[in-house]
Amino acid sequence: MRFNGVVLSAILLVSLSLSSYSLKAATLKVGMVTDVGGVNDQSFNQSAWEGLQKTKKDLGIKISYQESKQDADYPANLETLYDAKNDLIWGIGFKMADAILLAAKQNPKQKYAIIDYSYGNKTPPNVLGVMFKAEEGAFLSGYLASKMSKTGSVGFIGGMSVPIIHSFQYGFKAGALYANKKIKFNEQYAESFTDAAKGKAIANQMIGKGSDVIFHAAGAVGDGVIEAVKEKNKMAVGVDRDQNYLAPNNVITSSMKRIDNAIYNVVNDLGKGTFKGGTTIEYGLKDGAVDVAPTTSKMVPSVLMEDISKLKKSIVEGKLKIPATSSAFATFVKSLK
Amino acid sequence: MNDLIIIFTTTLMYSTPLIFVSLGGVMSEKSGIINIGLEGMMTLGAFVASWIALTTGNPWLGFLSGGFAGLLLASLHALASIYWGANQVVSGMAMNFLGGGISIFLCRIFFEGASMTPPLDLALKIPLIFNQYATVYLSFITTLIIWFIFKFTKLGLRIISAGEHPKAAISAGVKVNFYRTFGVLASGFLAGLGGGSLSIVIVSNFRPTLISGQGFIALAALIFGKWNPVGSMLACLFFGFSQALVVYIGGLENVQISSQLLSALPYVLTLVVLVSFMGKSTAPSALGQ
Repeated sequence: MRFNGVVLSAILLVSLSLSSYSLKAATLKVGMVTDVGGVNDQSFNQSAWEGLQKTKKDLGIKISYQESKQDADYPANLETLYDAKNDLIWGIGFKMADAILLAAKQNPKQKYAIIDYSYGNKTPPNVLGVMFKAEEGAFLSGYLASKMSKTGSVGFIGGMSVPIIHSFQYGFKAGALYANKKIKFNEQYAESFTDAAKGKAIANQMIGKGSDVIFHAAGAVGDGVIEAVKEKNKMAVGVDRDQNYLAPNNVITSSMKRIDNAIYNVVNDLGKGTFKGGTTIEYGLKDGAVDVAPTTSKMVPSVLMEDISKLKKSIVEGKLKIPATSSAFATFVKSLK
Repeated sequence: MNDLIIIFTTTLMYSTPLIFVSLGGVMSEKSGIINIGLEGMMTLGAFVASWIALTTGNPWLGFLSGGFAGLLLASLHALASIYWGANQVVSGMAMNFLGGGISIFLCRIFFEGASMTPPLDLALKIPLIFNQYATVYLSFITTLIIWFIFKFTKLGLRIISAGEHPKAAISAGVKVNFYRTFGVLASGFLAGLGGGSLSIVIVSNFRPTLISGQGFIALAALIFGKWNPVGSMLACLFFGFSQALVVYIGGLENVQISSQLLSALPYVLTLVVLVSFMGKSTAPSALGQ
């Protein structure tokens, strides 16, 4: 037995040194672990994978992904990518926060990055958090919603009352008020990210109260919201990605998170040796990481599109600060008067 | 008046899928077979309904196919629990995993790797009758049919006998396994219809999270309704009504209740009614054996 052990460890040593040798010779390797949506979820994960594919095309990065079928798969998938000697491992979505933290502590030399999560000042030195200034994108869609509304009333439907959703909510409201100081709001939380029937019921109710443009930041609840708008022939604003395909005549714009661009930026930094482990990056309009959907110009008159590019400019230049919290929003409202 | 209409419409919208699935539960459990796999059958039904409606352009065909998909999955449950003597709870749980898994697997094959189906055109949806989708009326009609079967037909009596005293039924010459199989298959069919009444009626696309818990709520409604088709339907309507209340109260401007607390209302109301107004709920005596 002892002999076997010696042989095994010798083989192990040889293979280890061989693989570290090949690592030096090869180009950068980056892998990602999807959350439970899978790589073709037409949402976060797909956008992330598109970002990686762009790094392959432009920068010649070697890329791969591991799909998670359930939350319990995260640690194993992270381990697989670690064993495959990746230079950087991505976790897509805040659900993976615990798994990434654990893996980062176990493998302190391995670089990790996570989308939509910040460990604050407890970020391990080998982890990068990537957050989005969702309020900047939501501001633009709020502006459009307000201008497009014929009834002077817009609606907001949130999934749950958490900071990420607040940034959508207050950004949207700020944009709507910026466009029209007299705009009225209907706001409601579904307390779910999956209950499409509830989304439809809330949207129907808001339409009954006179809102003709409804913005949702509520995941799959939004399927119901968009369905209600489609049936009543009103307008909706999509979230996270371009949701115009769900109702081509009714979804006027979408408040997008460009995860692909964020991932591309970080991998590019890694190649240049400026990977900022131990911190959280906040990407916004100026990084091209949040935006209104490309299909917006299909539904929105070109005059408004010009407004949007002017607004973008002032946000990027820092002349216009967009509120992401209730208190910042209150200050913003005062500044309008 | 407008408020009342909205509450009424929301109640009906919410309850319809639950009623179909709950009736499915009645069919299976009356025959003596526990079916906690309703959720999985519902999920598969939701996917297949959406898929067939999209490819054939006929929502009714999609709706029916959803039912048959649920039936196919239920046939596995019937095989395992009636003929191979598997534990019915374990087999039912397996159906939940299978239903979800097969749906996503098929979805990826037929929709270029995507885990959700593209949306159905408005013109291709099931028609509205008096401002409500036709499936709403169908769910009531189905309740009546099943009530009639159990109340007035030989078939109903034999299903009940299989669930209450299978041994006595066998000695009286009733083919217990046949009626149990019938019950389980019918339950899969109805659960599939329930899934379809969500994926192509309430919304117009399937995604894996579309069915998240409705099957279990329908199962609770079945117990709440004392294993009786009309009772189960009323329980589903009650649950739908309390959801409608949540949506209504949450939309009032001058009432400030935390939306987290509010969203617990349907479950609290159900508990209160269950404890205070309902008598003992007795399962068929041979259930699970």
